[in-house]
Amino acid sequence: MSVPAELRYTQEHEWVAIDGGTATIGITDYATQALGDVVYVSLPQVGAAVTAGEPCGEVESTKSVSDLYAPVAGTVVEVNGELADAPNRLNEDPYGEGWICVIEPTDAGELDALLDAEGYRKLIDG
Amino acid sequence: MTSTVRDTPLRTVHERLGATMTEFAGWLMPLRYGSETAEHNAVRTNAALFDLSHMGEIAVTGPGAGAALDYAVCGWPSRLSVGRARYTMLCAPDGGIIDDLIVYRQADERFLVVANAANTSVVLAELRERCSPRAVVTDESEVTGLVSIQGPNGCGFLSTVTDLPVASMPYYGGAYGTVAGRAAWVARTGYTGEDGFEIFCAPADCEAVWDALAASAAGGVPAAGLAARDTLRLEAGMPLYGNELGRDVTPYEAGLGRVVRLDKPDDFVGRDALAARAAEGPRRTLIGLLARSRRVPRHGFAVLSADGERVGEVTSGAPSPTLGTPIAMAYVEPDAGGPFGIDVRGKTEPAEVTGLPFYDRRK
Repeated sequence: MSVPAELRYTQEHEWVAIDGGTATIGITDYATQALGDVVYVSLPQVGAAVTAGEPCGEVESTKSVSDLYAPVAGTVVEVNGELADAPNRLNEDPYGEGWICVIEPTDAGELDALLDAEGYRKLIDG
Repeated sequence: MTSTVRDTPLRTVHERLGATMTEFAGWLMPLRYGSETAEHNAVRTNAALFDLSHMGEIAVTGPGAGAALDYAVCGWPSRLSVGRARYTMLCAPDGGIIDDLIVYRQADERFLVVANAANTSVVLAELRERCSPRAVVTDESEVTGLVSIQGPNGCGFLSTVTDLPVASMPYYGGAYGTVAGRAAWVARTGYTGEDGFEIFCAPADCEAVWDALAASAAGGVPAAGLAARDTLRLEAGMPLYGNELGRDVTPYEAGLGRVVRLDKPDDFVGRDALAARAAEGPRRTLIGLLARSRRVPRHGFAVLSADGERVGEVTSGAPSPTLGTPIAMAYVEPDAGGPFGIDVRGKTEPAEVTGLPFYDRRK
């Protein structure tokens, strides 16, 4: 189960890559393995305001549907439109080509509250 | 209360293959080995192996076995020839479905009843009560493993490791023989909508049978788990107990009135209630729905009429790998007509009524 050290994580199995002033988010390897094949990702709208801990999208797999939760409050500045035709990228490359959206946080300080890799590994091994 | 989860005889095989395991009906079963979509597609285009050792096997034997089963189930097992099988149902006196079953006639005085894992103990108890003293009812679940090969190439692969002429075996036929040199009852049955075979053998022989089948094709035959089994049966329009079938449903609601043999001369459990239901018509209708959105209808989601009234409920829904769109079965009020919507987590998504099955290999 891959948990890249340089990323931050949420209790809801999202990863967050912090790059300058933005946060790129996706779902973790653990999450995709639990879900099975992803068949559809309902993306937030570019420009949408999101609230930390509130759903901002959906991930549909063969067996279930899961909400995508915003890890921080902010504005969606970019979404991965490639997922419309290739939702399976979440399974194939969850930390790369399977990224879901980029959020510009209202308060970058909120990012400090996210789990680090060690904390996330404890959560999934728990 | 602690519950014991049972392992099938193929536990170590699944571990070797890196399966994701899940608890199902008290058994630890393989959910998927890799991509469930790839496993699904393997069954549609090639072949794949399933471990179905969780299924219940109950033998009904003795000179009165046929007559006893004719009373116990709504079909007509005594009319089966040796070596043939039928899909049938065990109904309660009020006509509600206790389980759906496959009954194989393995010999003049021996029938094998295959029940859903979750229902095996209740089916066993009902059969014991309904068949005694005319026949002997024996739970053989513990001494029976079940390996299945399903898919258009399965027959050719199986033929290389069995002494039976499986290519000439009729659909819903079965025979005693050997697979990988192990004694087995081999039947041309399945739950996928494809040609396929089910191999009943001793638990200790399951691994040898599995390994021989897995090696029976160049490059090997892949394994498929419960996730693929569910999407395969749904595409094939086959009902699942607990979803489309249950105590509150008669075979008529499920569109399976043909399995109720009211033309049987003798009484059977549920006859009066089923005859009345046949005369008055079903109280609900099972329909197929094609989603016109990529959001997937799931079990329990409400089916809505054009003006937003709740007229039914989804019983099973999944993204269909073969059709490339979400599909669902649903019970709706008998007079409800489309167009329908489905309440997918608070937002109504359009759906189109379609005939069942969603997928027919003969077309």
